[in-house]
Amino acid sequence: MTTAHETATAAPATGKAAAAAAPSMNVARAASLITLALLLLAPLFLKNFYIFQMTQWLIYAIALLALNILTGGSGQFSLGQSAFYAVGAYTAAVMMEIMGVNYVLTLPAAGLICFVFGFLFGLPALRLSGIYLALATFALAVAMPQVLKLHFFEHWTGGVQGLVIIKPDPPEFIKTIGVKMSQDMWLYYFTLVVGIGIYIASVNLLASRSGRAMMAIRDNQIAAAAMGVDVPLYKTLAFGISAGITGVAGALGAIAVAFVAPDSYTIQLAIALFLGMVIGGVGWLPGSLAGAAFMVFVPNIAESISKGLSGAIFGVILIIIIFLVPHGARQIAYMAQHLIGKIGKSS
Amino acid sequence: MSILNSRIAAFSTALAVIAFAGGDAVAQKKYDPGASDTEIKIGNIMPYSGPASAYGVIGKTMEAYFKKVNAEGGINGRKINFISYDDGYSPPKTVEQARKLVESDEVLAVYAPLGTPPNSAIQKYMNAKKVPQLFVATGATKWNDPKEFPWTMGWQPNYQSESRIYAKYILKEKPNAKIAILYQNDDYGKDYLKGFKDGLGAKGASMIVVEESYEVSQPTIDSNIVKMKSSNADVFFNITTPKFAAQAIKKMGEIGWKPTHFLNNVSASIGAVIKPAGYENSQDIISSAYMKDAADPQWKNDAGMKGFDEFLAKHMPEGNRIDGSVMYGYNSAQTMVQILKQCGDNLTRENLMKQAASLKDFTTATMLPGIKLNTGATDFAPIEQVQLMRFKGEAWELFGEIISGETGG
Repeated sequence: MTTAHETATAAPATGKAAAAAAPSMNVARAASLITLALLLLAPLFLKNFYIFQMTQWLIYAIALLALNILTGGSGQFSLGQSAFYAVGAYTAAVMMEIMGVNYVLTLPAAGLICFVFGFLFGLPALRLSGIYLALATFALAVAMPQVLKLHFFEHWTGGVQGLVIIKPDPPEFIKTIGVKMSQDMWLYYFTLVVGIGIYIASVNLLASRSGRAMMAIRDNQIAAAAMGVDVPLYKTLAFGISAGITGVAGALGAIAVAFVAPDSYTIQLAIALFLGMVIGGVGWLPGSLAGAAFMVFVPNIAESISKGLSGAIFGVILIIIIFLVPHGARQIAYMAQHLIGKIGKSS
Repeated sequence: MSILNSRIAAFSTALAVIAFAGGDAVAQKKYDPGASDTEIKIGNIMPYSGPASAYGVIGKTMEAYFKKVNAEGGINGRKINFISYDDGYSPPKTVEQARKLVESDEVLAVYAPLGTPPNSAIQKYMNAKKVPQLFVATGATKWNDPKEFPWTMGWQPNYQSESRIYAKYILKEKPNAKIAILYQNDDYGKDYLKGFKDGLGAKGASMIVVEESYEVSQPTIDSNIVKMKSSNADVFFNITTPKFAAQAIKKMGEIGWKPTHFLNNVSASIGAVIKPAGYENSQDIISSAYMKDAADPQWKNDAGMKGFDEFLAKHMPEGNRIDGSVMYGYNSAQTMVQILKQCGDNLTRENLMKQAASLKDFTTATMLPGIKLNTGATDFAPIEQVQLMRFKGEAWELFGEIISGETGG
């Protein structure tokens, strides 16, 4: 899972580390295989509740991956990811509950709708950059819960009450091959497959011509334009793709939680996603897993320490992390790689 | 004679042994996950963080009350282990916490999770798992549905029946009223609005001259009030949460708008609303209540209120006595303790629901006189009564009779 640095997604700041990483490519490959094995095997030994938590973790990781493509790939900020996540979630919920569509089909639909939504939003966003773009997307995130409550949409969205979704059962063929699987475990593996698919596609995207064009824009927009990169096209494309993937994550989230309501997709979610990206390491795709783990588990840790001060403890943990490892999980990964490389050489 | 006597003695001893054994079999202890000889595990979910964190104090009050019960020996010798988690008022987090409580902590029941969206999110799960979702802390109307959701029960009077009571009162006392409505644009506001319109009926539609909504994120509602004044309405139904209710009352005083003012029970707190808005601005406001208000001077020497103050002093010194949420948690926790007592040694989830559904005229010392909690197999709405009251001087003056709000969608 750590092949992303090969695709030169590394920001210049960590160039030194990237250079050191080259000889220890095998370490990275081994790490990704171990991660994959753990992701595949862990649910077999866990209670349903923990499998559900892991599913949420994977779903947030997908959403973080999407944000990473936008920010790490094309250098655009977004505090509005919760809006795309909400559109994806509601697409899945409305399709499943009102139109009676199979849940599997809701994912591509959510992705497509969010892609179009993101692409269209990317057009006006072209005029903005940096913090101004962040503010525009912020507005989107603030507006979304209210838009979902609008009387006009209530027939579809259930208004403030939200929509309850029926959780899908494992498909028949699993039963016929004699495997007993809970709904939670099925959803976990389903999410894992979707996640791996999106991950591979994203790595390839960033390694492709389009990916290089996006990164050129990130590093120097004028230089990129001078080299013949169609700046507006790639910027909006990055927005669209990021929104599309976020939409798929939102749809998965809706199915896993089996409920959607405007209060699920407030600005808090957008901020949490932004935090997760920073914790995972901006532009480093495998970091999404670490960032998502932070989103899901650290609030619980903070709460177990003190209920009344959970917010303050969360803040303290956050400050410590940012202070010790400003580049997030990516920095830890490089440090570990470096260390293993050293040990390998000395022995 | 003596032989006969000894025979009789032997016989009666044998009889006593049999009776004793038989009695023991009847009183056999029964437990579901979360209950044992020494402990009853009760789960709870509260917004200790996030936009609704002001309500977190309800969970803290409940915790303090159960601590008091434990200190006094527990319930039938068992201590309550109250496990309360934070969901930040975010439904996906509520689902996670509910599953943690049921599957990891293995609680007997999830008691009083707060908020309509969070409870909606877990209702199906709780019923599928057959774990009681008891006395949910929300006034939405949908919790009284034993047929569809036999494991979910509300507690407080629901919003719709409360506003239906106001509507009826208006139809009777002011049949030609011109009504202005201000409501919060969320589930709570819309529930009240629906009940009110249902209560007014077909004729009512023409009585409402202006309908304004505001968002919780709005800093002030002054402009809404000014706009409503210009509609020349003579009745005002105020569906706002405490902060906005105080703003509204104050602004109305400033611009001299004096309609007949109905204020929803959510904001009937003297400490949080009336006092900050000013007593002179609050005269003649009509509202309704089911609990005593600790800031109301008329309960100063009331025995129930003294018990409440004693509880705060001993077990929750940091609690703010005039915060309505503290009173809420205090009364709700007593209801929970009552049904746990009723369960006796049969602490199964099924029996817990059965006992919750067989409350008979239960009341606490801090409910208004005459308010009684009743439930049944087809009635999952414990508190259905409220009393109208009018603000006079520095206190609420109760008037009329205890009114039963009818249930119904």
